[in-house]
Amino acid sequence: MSAPLTTVHDVPRIGLHDVPRTMLDKLWDAHEVLRRDDGTSLLWVDRHLVHEGSHHGFAKLQARGMQVAEPLLTFGVVDHYAPTRAGEMARDVRHMIDTLARNAAATGIRLFDLRDPGQGIVHVIGPEQGLTLPGLLINCGDSHTSTHGAFGALAFGVGATEVAHILATQTVWQKRPKTMRIVFDGTLSPGVTAKDMALHWISRLGTGGAQGFAVEYAGPAVEALSMEGRMTLCNLSIEGGARLGMVAPDEVTFAYVKGRPFAPRDHAAACADWRALGSDAEAVFDREVTFDAAQIAPTVTWGTSPEEALPITGVVPEAAQSTLEYMGLDAGMPLETVKVDQVFIGSCTNGRIEDLRMAAAVLRGRKARVPGLVSPGSAIVKKQAEDEGLAQVFVDAGLEWADAGCSMCVGMNGDLVETGKRCASSTNRNFKGRQGRGARTHLMSPAMVAAAAVEGRLADVRPLLEGRL
Amino acid sequence: MSGWSQIKGRAVALDARNVDTDQLIPARFMSQPRDQGYGGFLLHDVRSDDAGHVLNRYAPQVLITRENFGSGSSREAAVYALVDFGIKAVFAPSFGDIFSSNAVNNGLLPARVTEAEIDALIDRLGDDDAAAFVDLGTGEAEIAGTKLQFSVDPVWQQKLINGWDDIDMTAQYAAQITEFRGKRLAAHPWAMPTTD
Ligand code: SF4
Repeated sequence: MSAPLTTVHDVPRIGLHDVPRTMLDKLWDAHEVLRRDDGTSLLWVDRHLVHEGSHHGFAKLQARGMQVAEPLLTFGVVDHYAPTRAGEMARDVRHMIDTLARNAAATGIRLFDLRDPGQGIVHVIGPEQGLTLPGLLINCGDSHTSTHGAFGALAFGVGATEVAHILATQTVWQKRPKTMRIVFDGTLSPGVTAKDMALHWISRLGTGGAQGFAVEYAGPAVEALSMEGRMTLCNLSIEGGARLGMVAPDEVTFAYVKGRPFAPRDHAAACADWRALGSDAEAVFDREVTFDAAQIAPTVTWGTSPEEALPITGVVPEAAQSTLEYMGLDAGMPLETVKVDQVFIGSCTNGRIEDLRMAAAVLRGRKARVPGLVSPGSAIVKKQAEDEGLAQVFVDAGLEWADAGCSMCVGMNGDLVETGKRCASSTNRNFKGRQGRGARTHLMSPAMVAAAAVEGRLADVRPLLEGRL
Repeated sequence: MSGWSQIKGRAVALDARNVDTDQLIPARFMSQPRDQGYGGFLLHDVRSDDAGHVLNRYAPQVLITRENFGSGSSREAAVYALVDFGIKAVFAPSFGDIFSSNAVNNGLLPARVTEAEIDALIDRLGDDDAAAFVDLGTGEAEIAGTKLQFSVDPVWQQKLINGWDDIDMTAQYAAQITEFRGKRLAAHPWAMPTTD
């Protein structure tokens, strides 16, 4: 069965540093155990995050009678199937959660289970716990693993066979992607967020726009983002076709990481290493695209692909009949006239504290015209939002305040949008059936979701935020 | 996984772009164990809404479709659904990145051809099936009487033909991995998670 494709040689590590390198090059070189002649690299994995969906990976490992190679570098979390409301758990949900618990116990993996104060969505808790650090290679059997690249990490999603491989060997085979830099010049206008930046570039370049590339986000508008904003931006890289998105670590990054439970105790020494990670000034990218942040408006999707997005001031364009039919829209309709049935705030894209603050800023003292669910990204975010009085704002507005998990982003736990219903959602995928069979999803920032709740239709958040930011 | 080098079978066309993995297998089926077979879940919602769907009428080995096939979620279950349905090769102008790796890891060929070729094939096939021949070794195919060349990463081609398994392949580098680990953690102690 097993055979080398070609001979193997060690990677030359000396002399390389004279050539200007991108951040991808630096991260790649630092993790490359070896490279085959065919160009595929075997990379060392610093952190492997698993969730309930990783059951296929564990099953493959067990079928071969193998052990988890590095249980101390592997962390488990219950998120995709996590119930977010009180009540009986459906049998298959319970089964998925129990299976992960069993696998974690049997293999000695630290598990953030439902009762753990650190529980939450894998891409929220990795950073929150200090498991995500600059300079690391992070894998998870989930495409939004690109989120962790916000710290200057090499982070990408893998499939179940690769999960099994990482469990067994703590390494992953990968071809080095091409490099692409997306620069955001200028400054974002008030009420415009990282989510809008992401939807903007994806709508311009398309869902295949960054296929085969590792995206590095740069420029003043990116540097000005908080870690939460950078995570939102990197999270959505996959929706533009890129497996990887990243931002060079800086003082904002270091301050975020400092003192977190699993972060290095010797912060200063780590920072010294991390400061060298950013792309060299003369480094050349295979592709470079620049946007003016000042030109970006609050953006919403109208179709069934994240690239089908427009400024809220736009109208539904001519499009495939099947898409318009699915979405229940007619070409030419102003987006601001599209009525919604419900809203959802949460997910690994926009379920962090800053997202909840923004949404609460819109909702404070106002009532939602439609029902909605707010699910914080983690138990820690939940507690913080309650302490800050944000939870009360949501409840006072008439929205439901739930527990942490993936929730209505994917509906695996039963938080579903009914057939034909239209949901303004802070999530990342408006695919057909994503939030439930026949569900109509419009992606937007949490602030824009809050605006949709207040108006009962897709709405421009900017006037609603006047005097509130 | 056993390898293969040729397909002699039938092909159908799925005339859609951006067929994401959420459509290929809706999330609600993903808690099922694999041994029950995932073929019935393939494109479940479209197929159950449309009795005349081409995949309800035929059992092809080759699928012809448009760009960005398999984008979105990394769920390997999307590949299981295709493979368990009997599909061995998908022809499209482009594929989701993670989907392609997942496909190759399960013996499914993601074959790239041009958009013009796909247009022509979809035209030819319409709503019916047709004979298909695929030769992985030469990168040639004949579908509905049209000859074409497809491209696939050479490493993947070898993996598919030989049915190679990455875990077995990596086993031979165990010593290098151990050495690398030692060096990395010595040079960058911060890379180890802190535990009290
Ligand atoms: S919140 Fe949504 S996108 Fe994020 S990990 Fe969960 S299911 Fe995936």
